[in-house]
Amino acid sequence: MIASRLLVIGPVTFLAAFFLYPLGAILGRSFGGEVLSLDPFGVVLGDSYYLGRIWFTMWQAAVSTVLTLVVGLPAAYLFARHDFPGKTVLMALTTLPFIMPTIVVAMGFVALLGPQGLINTALTGLFGAEAPQVRVTNTLTIIFMAHAFYNYSIVVRIVSAFWSNLSPLFGESAAMLGAGRIRTFTHVTLPLLLPSLWSSAVLVFVFSFTSFGVVLILGGPRFATLEVGIYELTVKLFRLEVAGALALVQLVFTYVFLLVYTRLQAQSAVPITFVPEEESKRGKRGFRDVVVIVAITGVLLVVLSPLLALVERALSSGGGYSLVHFTGLFSDDSGSYFRLSPQAVIWNSLRFALASMAIALVVGTAAAYVIARRGRGRSGVVDALFMAPLGVSAVTLGFGFLVAFNRAPIDLRGSWLILVIAHSLVAYPFVIRSVLPVLRGMPPHLKESAALLGAAPLSIFIHIELPIIGRALLVGAMFAFAVSMGEFGASLLLVRPEFTTIPVAIFRLLSQPGESNLGQALAMSTLLMVVVAMGFVAIERFRYRNVGGF
Amino acid sequence: MRQLAAIVLMMLMTAFAVSCGGDEDSELVIMTHDSFNIGAELISQFEAEHDATVVLQSAGDAGEALVRAILEKGNPSADLLYGIDNTYLGRALDEEIFDEYRPDLLDEVPAQFVLDDSGHVTSIAYGYVNLNYDKQYLMDHGLTPPSTLEELTEADWKGRLVVEDPASSSPGLAFLISTVSYFGEDDDYDYLDFWRDLRANDVLVKDGWTAAYYTDFSQYGGDRPLVVSYATSPAAEFLFSETPVEVPPTGNILIDKASFLQIEGMGVLKGANSKDLAKKFIDFALGRSFQEDFPEKMFVYPVNRNASIPDSFRFAEVPSQPSDIGALEIGEKREKWIQDWTEVVLR
Repeated sequence: MIASRLLVIGPVTFLAAFFLYPLGAILGRSFGGEVLSLDPFGVVLGDSYYLGRIWFTMWQAAVSTVLTLVVGLPAAYLFARHDFPGKTVLMALTTLPFIMPTIVVAMGFVALLGPQGLINTALTGLFGAEAPQVRVTNTLTIIFMAHAFYNYSIVVRIVSAFWSNLSPLFGESAAMLGAGRIRTFTHVTLPLLLPSLWSSAVLVFVFSFTSFGVVLILGGPRFATLEVGIYELTVKLFRLEVAGALALVQLVFTYVFLLVYTRLQAQSAVPITFVPEEESKRGKRGFRDVVVIVAITGVLLVVLSPLLALVERALSSGGGYSLVHFTGLFSDDSGSYFRLSPQAVIWNSLRFALASMAIALVVGTAAAYVIARRGRGRSGVVDALFMAPLGVSAVTLGFGFLVAFNRAPIDLRGSWLILVIAHSLVAYPFVIRSVLPVLRGMPPHLKESAALLGAAPLSIFIHIELPIIGRALLVGAMFAFAVSMGEFGASLLLVRPEFTTIPVAIFRLLSQPGESNLGQALAMSTLLMVVVAMGFVAIERFRYRNVGGF
Repeated sequence: MRQLAAIVLMMLMTAFAVSCGGDEDSELVIMTHDSFNIGAELISQFEAEHDATVVLQSAGDAGEALVRAILEKGNPSADLLYGIDNTYLGRALDEEIFDEYRPDLLDEVPAQFVLDDSGHVTSIAYGYVNLNYDKQYLMDHGLTPPSTLEELTEADWKGRLVVEDPASSSPGLAFLISTVSYFGEDDDYDYLDFWRDLRANDVLVKDGWTAAYYTDFSQYGGDRPLVVSYATSPAAEFLFSETPVEVPPTGNILIDKASFLQIEGMGVLKGANSKDLAKKFIDFALGRSFQEDFPEKMFVYPVNRNASIPDSFRFAEVPSQPSDIGALEIGEKREKWIQDWTEVVLR
């Protein structure tokens, strides 16, 4: 009983202490600590400009989500149903876009699709055209492309993890009964996949809804989302009360989306017998399978091409290729207090990411249990509440932390803990979203029989549940790790120079003009990709007893 | 699940330990914006001279650092704040976040670089925001750099300028203010008319300097040969070029009244733990060794007239006549300018 009470108290305390409390503190300050006045809301909701922003934020997120699903699903299928050489590495590469700093991705897109990019240069060379043929930079198109680029790995990971534990028997029976491939997919596989589809779609939608860097840097200020508005009102115009109102509007919208979604997801989950991953793979590779593998891998490489363009640029110098930017990183002679060695920066990033991942796994798994136990109809409110940190404006929450944790006994300002907590707050929703569909699908009789046979709750967890949710836990862990490795806004606001992480180091290099600064920033970005890819492969390979075998 | 409780408990205890660590008088905490940079040796030197520990705390860009200081008013996490410039001074003074302090070395700062007459914020560095151009691009297209701002609205420069959004970027705001200084607010053809024509001439607006410079400036893969940047940028291009060059690939466009003098300073935060140490640090920052260390790190000029200027700054020409709008007027009107600009250029 104590254990089950702790299970509830743990995540609830975490949410209350590190999300609701700082949020309340900053909003209290923003509204002047007086009785909540409705004036700021009048300003926001009475101004056609802000209404326009709300509308734009919503529809661009919807379009981005659809596009992301279209890009992500084929790859999810590939990783769920096929085994082939180099699969682990390809999966790790697939997830890389998720962690890249926006400005670096922007440079990748420009190197590829910009006026002087590879594609336009090639087209000019081929057809002798004067002006650049492809123009996507600073348009709405590139916002959609970038959102899909950033988020498709969410779809790939969550859907393929679920799919790979789905017994192929369902599909095979349908085929035996005479259904064609397409019909089998739309009538059997797709409905079974729905819980994981909703899971990934809502994450993508919320990320696109609160998008900041992508919209600002790639699209330009003409396409401001709510998040952008909140930032400018807070930092540049000092209108904290209007910023607070706008932040609340954004949060309410996200909460309603999450609520609708949790309903949908709870309804779509059916108890199914999951099978170990190995049993769900297609048998012998036929010619048709090889074609599928090659085709989807090709598409993935196209999606990843902006990153390849970055690596290419990091390696080029003065018309040829060299490692000069990498050696430059390691042999800095500026004597700057703010310039840490790349080893130190990588170590900072790694330890913060591992700490955030650990917290996110504990909090996220416990929260998923709490939600799953409440039963279908009643879990929505709680579920959406646990997901709410994703919908709050980063700048609002960042300042909330500073206002909330500023006095003894808990003065976290200047401590690295504040950073790890901020990161895990964005990371644990991933753990919930990947674990929950599996928990819901787990047939209750498994636990019941074990309990009848006298197994203690902890032993049931370790021997029965953990092996089944293991695969989903790994996915959650991977994203928690990735979120922290790539996080940048809060890091910039909260860290001391000693705690410089890789994205912050990249940002500092890019805040000054000069070819070497650019080259070293891209070399640092390449190191970020290598470190994270190695981390992904390590997590992927992690097998504890048979955890992850599922 | 007992582990969970243990973890929560451990976190709270660590937090407690961390928070109790740093209240000694010999610790000096300096909050800075994220472009601040100084030699590690100078920090060690100050620590040795005063038997103190210096802790540097980045707090986002200049605007974010100021908002943070305002939110922490009365209970500051730092003793000193570096990074108040003439576009933020009015706000900082209104909020009364600083104690007064007038260091003796202020005598060595020429009058035009004194940021705050009320003695709350001490000038440390200055620089200029103006247009930069890509020399190669202009040569290839047979263009010469514009000598007036009006020329930017002509066909020659259509689609060739990238600026930063004054609502999110410091150089963006600086350039907007210099157009106010150049065209005036109530003239027949005022700054908003100019911006309206610039918009018609396909000016590109980016959120910040990095995106404008590294993705849209033609020097770095974009198609815009004119960018709002700093007078010291060509010096940085010279210093950080991949292969040694005689002259930098970019140049300054210095039009009278159309470049913005940005003065940056620091002040002692009200309620600071280590006030004496904070004042000593301001003295130290005005001293020659500190003033001569940062120019090639932050790419700004030292305010102390005795400090020598690095050789690379020969490519960082000083505008003879920068904009003439004072910090107090900026403090009063910045919000209005930004909103009117946004209305004309973005909506």
